[in-house]
Amino acid sequence: MNSAPGIAFQILQSVFVVLAAPLLTGWVNQCRAWLQNRSAPSILLPYFTLAKLFHKDAVFARDASPIFRWTPYILFGCMWLAAGIVPVLATGLPFAPAADIIALVGVFALARMFSALAAMDIGTSFGGLGARREMLIGFLAEPAMLMTLFTAAFISGSTQLTTIVDTLGHREFALYPSLAFAAVAFLMVLLAENARIPIDNPTTHLELTMVHEALILEYSARHLALIEWAVAIKLFAYMTIGIALFAPWGIAEAGDWSALPYAFAALAGKLALAGAGLALIETLLAKLRLFLAPEFLSTAFLLAVLGMLTHFLVQG
Amino acid sequence: MPLLAQLVNVLAAFLLLLAFAMLSQRRVLTLIKLLAWQGAALALSTGIVAWSTGQDHLYISAGLTMMLKVLLIPWLLHRLIDRLFIRWDVETLINIPTTMLIGIGLVIFAFALAAPISQMASTLTRSTLGIAMASILLSFLMMIVRRKAVPQVIGFLAMENGLFFAATSATYGMPLVVELGVALDVLVGTLIFGIFFFHIREQFDSLDIRHMETLKQD
Repeated sequence: MNSAPGIAFQILQSVFVVLAAPLLTGWVNQCRAWLQNRSAPSILLPYFTLAKLFHKDAVFARDASPIFRWTPYILFGCMWLAAGIVPVLATGLPFAPAADIIALVGVFALARMFSALAAMDIGTSFGGLGARREMLIGFLAEPAMLMTLFTAAFISGSTQLTTIVDTLGHREFALYPSLAFAAVAFLMVLLAENARIPIDNPTTHLELTMVHEALILEYSARHLALIEWAVAIKLFAYMTIGIALFAPWGIAEAGDWSALPYAFAALAGKLALAGAGLALIETLLAKLRLFLAPEFLSTAFLLAVLGMLTHFLVQG
Repeated sequence: MPLLAQLVNVLAAFLLLLAFAMLSQRRVLTLIKLLAWQGAALALSTGIVAWSTGQDHLYISAGLTMMLKVLLIPWLLHRLIDRLFIRWDVETLINIPTTMLIGIGLVIFAFALAAPISQMASTLTRSTLGIAMASILLSFLMMIVRRKAVPQVIGFLAMENGLFFAATSATYGMPLVVELGVALDVLVGTLIFGIFFFHIREQFDSLDIRHMETLKQD
């Protein structure tokens, strides 16, 4: 599928994800505000924030090395690449064979490594602390994530996301207990990886609890904007991976223009539901102590392993 | 695979999940709730098996499970922990992530053990035998790693749930007389345990069963 329509679809999807990601963040924030009985900010607020940050002058710490300078671009690039690989709007994109699910997890790990390096680069105590916490969460979340993806890969017999979506999307209806386990595990990993509430509070600046905010404390202006944007794309990518694995109905085939409006509508509906669900989870749960994070993530790992074992036992 | 068999599989998976949830739970009150949920899943799956195979006596055991394990025994335990003032604390011997990892090992062992048996069986629910064995072993593990008496009894009851599920999945249930007997035994056992708790506490001012070891010394 390296023909012109395939490439057109690829470009369309990549641009769409980058442009739509802040909207999803805005929607989650809006839902959260409603649920917490606050008056909600505009759904477009993330765009205004990005525009504001891009117009400011960047400031660097005196001792900043090139790693600190490059990291925002690397982060943004990694997330954009991930957004191009995940089948968001269509399957069979020309980018898709470039990386399977294992490489995808690797792309996320690369981004995490650079953000931790950049945080330590400045030499502030917050940066080091945030980097250490981020790596702790990351190294526990990664095996759980891989196990979750393996369960889906076993069912469809391939580690290519696009093949998995094709297999799962076009089968006759069947209940898969293994996928139910995997879905719960994936949800837990999503919360941990995207600095969401049981693990990290995305809105806090309290030094005792912040993880993700501590990493990016020294960034300003366009660099901060790029990082915030990358974070939004990451959330979008994770949600679309979840949708691709557990609710893949309605996705289009690359090059099939007539299915595109339906694919857009299905994606928008599913993302709206997922965003509202995320806001609900964040409202209902309290933040865990950092030392309980290993327990949370080992539960996720356990569920993922159980899912895989159940697949072998009941063949489904 | 027919839809009903799939439904039984989902319920079996739910049962396994509940066994792990019990293993990781720190509070007695939540443990009792989980036990009631396990009973409910068990009753539902027995009902489905009864409906899809036409084995009428399974309806009775499903109803019995519902009455005893979802309503009566959780209610008894509830009253018990209210009277003993132990709504909160459960101490474990090993920390919870380690327990869970041991649990995974047990699940793999049970699945490996059950795989050849399931291949020979011809029942609708043969694939759930491994899950039943895994939940028996997990409840057993819970009895081992808990230090207080009440969680141990809950582990015992959960083990009985697992055995019941194994019987349903392997042979469409035991004869009705046996099942009635077992149900009665479990009920009486719970009552006796309840009386026992009070005695243990009167003797040692605690429900920690480590204190019972000191009996040997005098």
